[in-house]
Amino acid sequence: MSRKAFLSANEAAAHGVRLSRPDVVSAYPITPQTTLVEKIADFLADGEADYRYMMVESEHSAMASALGASMMGARTFTASSSQGLLYMCEMLSYVSGARHPVVMVDANRSTATPWNIYGDQRDAFSMRDSGWIMLFVESGQEALDTVIQAYRIAEDPEIMTPVMVNLDGFTLTHTYDMVEIPDQETVDRYLPAFRTDNKMSLSAPKTLCQTVGPDFHTEGRYLQQAVFEKAKQVIAGADAEYGRIIGRSYGGMTEEYRCGDAETALVAAGSVAGTARVVVDELRRQGKKVGLIKLRSYRPFPKEYFAGLRDRFAALGVIDRSISFGFEGTIYSEVKACMYGGTKTALGNFIVGLGGRDIPKTQIAQMYDKLARMAAGEPEKEIQFLGMRWE
Amino acid sequence: MAVNYKDLSDQELLYGAKMCQGCGAAVAVRLALKILGEKTCAAYPACCFAATTSVYPQSALFVNNAVTAFPALASTASGMAVAAEALGWDEDVTILAIGGDGGTVDIGIQALSGAAERNDNILYLCYDNEAYMNTGVQRSGSTPYGASTTTTPAGPCSIGEKNTFRKNLFDIITAHRVPYAATASVSYPRDLMEKIARAKDVRGCRVIHVSAPCPTGWGFDPAKTIEIGRMAVECGLWYLAEYENDQIKLNYVPKVLKPVGEYIRSQKRFKHLKDEEVARISEIRDEEWERLMKRYAE
Repeated sequence: MSRKAFLSANEAAAHGVRLSRPDVVSAYPITPQTTLVEKIADFLADGEADYRYMMVESEHSAMASALGASMMGARTFTASSSQGLLYMCEMLSYVSGARHPVVMVDANRSTATPWNIYGDQRDAFSMRDSGWIMLFVESGQEALDTVIQAYRIAEDPEIMTPVMVNLDGFTLTHTYDMVEIPDQETVDRYLPAFRTDNKMSLSAPKTLCQTVGPDFHTEGRYLQQAVFEKAKQVIAGADAEYGRIIGRSYGGMTEEYRCGDAETALVAAGSVAGTARVVVDELRRQGKKVGLIKLRSYRPFPKEYFAGLRDRFAALGVIDRSISFGFEGTIYSEVKACMYGGTKTALGNFIVGLGGRDIPKTQIAQMYDKLARMAAGEPEKEIQFLGMRWE
Repeated sequence: MAVNYKDLSDQELLYGAKMCQGCGAAVAVRLALKILGEKTCAAYPACCFAATTSVYPQSALFVNNAVTAFPALASTASGMAVAAEALGWDEDVTILAIGGDGGTVDIGIQALSGAAERNDNILYLCYDNEAYMNTGVQRSGSTPYGASTTTTPAGPCSIGEKNTFRKNLFDIITAHRVPYAATASVSYPRDLMEKIARAKDVRGCRVIHVSAPCPTGWGFDPAKTIEIGRMAVECGLWYLAEYENDQIKLNYVPKVLKPVGEYIRSQKRFKHLKDEEVARISEIRDEEWERLMKRYAE
């Protein structure tokens, strides 16, 4: 029987880890990931789990030991955030290139300088080309469910690629909500034991993580790209199957909320999608035709979906909690690229929520107002920082 | 742990590699695998050993092996060892980490210190060729005083490497109180293999630091690798030691240390040194031996 508990998203994610029955967990503490790795230690101390827990001396070693463990055939988990993620960056591409299905949680946090322990998403987006599948969640419940789904996606024999599950720092990681915890037996039906040939073996010794020169390198990268294309179906399938067996699903790579007859819509990733839902409901009550698109998978990016939006809305805005200096908001670039070939939709980018700045409902309502102005052909800057103390 | 040459396996688990002729590192790993056998899972970072043994679609290693990142040798091996235990691998399997001096005493020291503190069940073999040889002979924290490297080139204003003391890996590791640590040299193969055999029987973090002369980086005839390594020990610029149960043993104490001059003059990396600089190396050697004898001699 599943049970309900009042949990932070970090604790919920830790339950997801426990229910996924990893063989090895390796981690190094960093705010705001800490309560997750503490909970993982609690499960061991309380006899509720039997993984080996490596408390290593750095994030670099956390990801390296996850790689080593995966090479022996172990289901493996780690978690980090911000500077820690940057520090383990070198190992992310080792893990993904050698096709080891490690799952990690990134508690999204800004990167120094200025030093800041609070939430935004620039840590994760700086890993864009690491070769990891990158999913974003909106709630503690989705964190728990997505960790379990992540193993199913990562270990799919046609995918064999690591997955990073992103939880907004503090807004999710340290915020409590009622979460349903599925029972082990049901999760076991969804997530089979990890089997792979991509591991060391005394009966069939092999070389892993091998050096590959110019002769074959491009072919390896071509295969990784093909895997990410394939992953689009696998992510959707893993989410749908989770719905069938466990009873919740999240739309796969994207979820539309009240978009059916919407004239304007916002794209959001992470916890801000939850706030935006409430604003959409309020504006709908005022008769405004607004909708929300939740972006759940950043890599692979749902290109076909966004290409299909080309002329659907009068105006489409993207909320970004990170900006690529000298260009534009990180998600906005991707959405806009999908519109290549021409669109009549007015596009706008709202940069908010940096370094833990709150994103209040009024700010999201303001975005919808701006989109309405754009839809009416009134001038608005394409890329706007909102809620500034000064400009 | 006595090793008899006549009992050694004929099986070669490292061959067909494209090392330079006379490579000390190749000798060190080949001898280690003679003792460890097929039940070995090896990891090595980006280094000479990686570049010369394993480039797709070839591999010169006939045991499980993997390349990892430069700072990540010990941590990768730690993960392998913990997973082997979690998954119930054959307890006889050795998780072997193979790293050079730069990958060990410089960029890899943090991960190695962590593995030693946690006492993860790995055998860490450092082949020390006293500089970053794979990238073209740049100095490392293990480069000796006076050596000319491509980043400490000798010249009118430079004697080459100017730091007096190399990082002492044996001291660093024994300070972690690991269950077994040793220094060895490819020029003393029985001693090296006996240390590998002893380490194989110990559980926990074991570290063996092997002097591995490099004809390319040091500048000597590739036929003389073993001779050069032996000269280093006989003149006291390298020593053979073991650490176990909080006791240190010097395995070979020359009755009289030979003058360092013959060793120094045998290599191009020192050819610019004037007699007074060679005398300085001799003084450094004497200081180090005095310290060793105070700390370690029974």
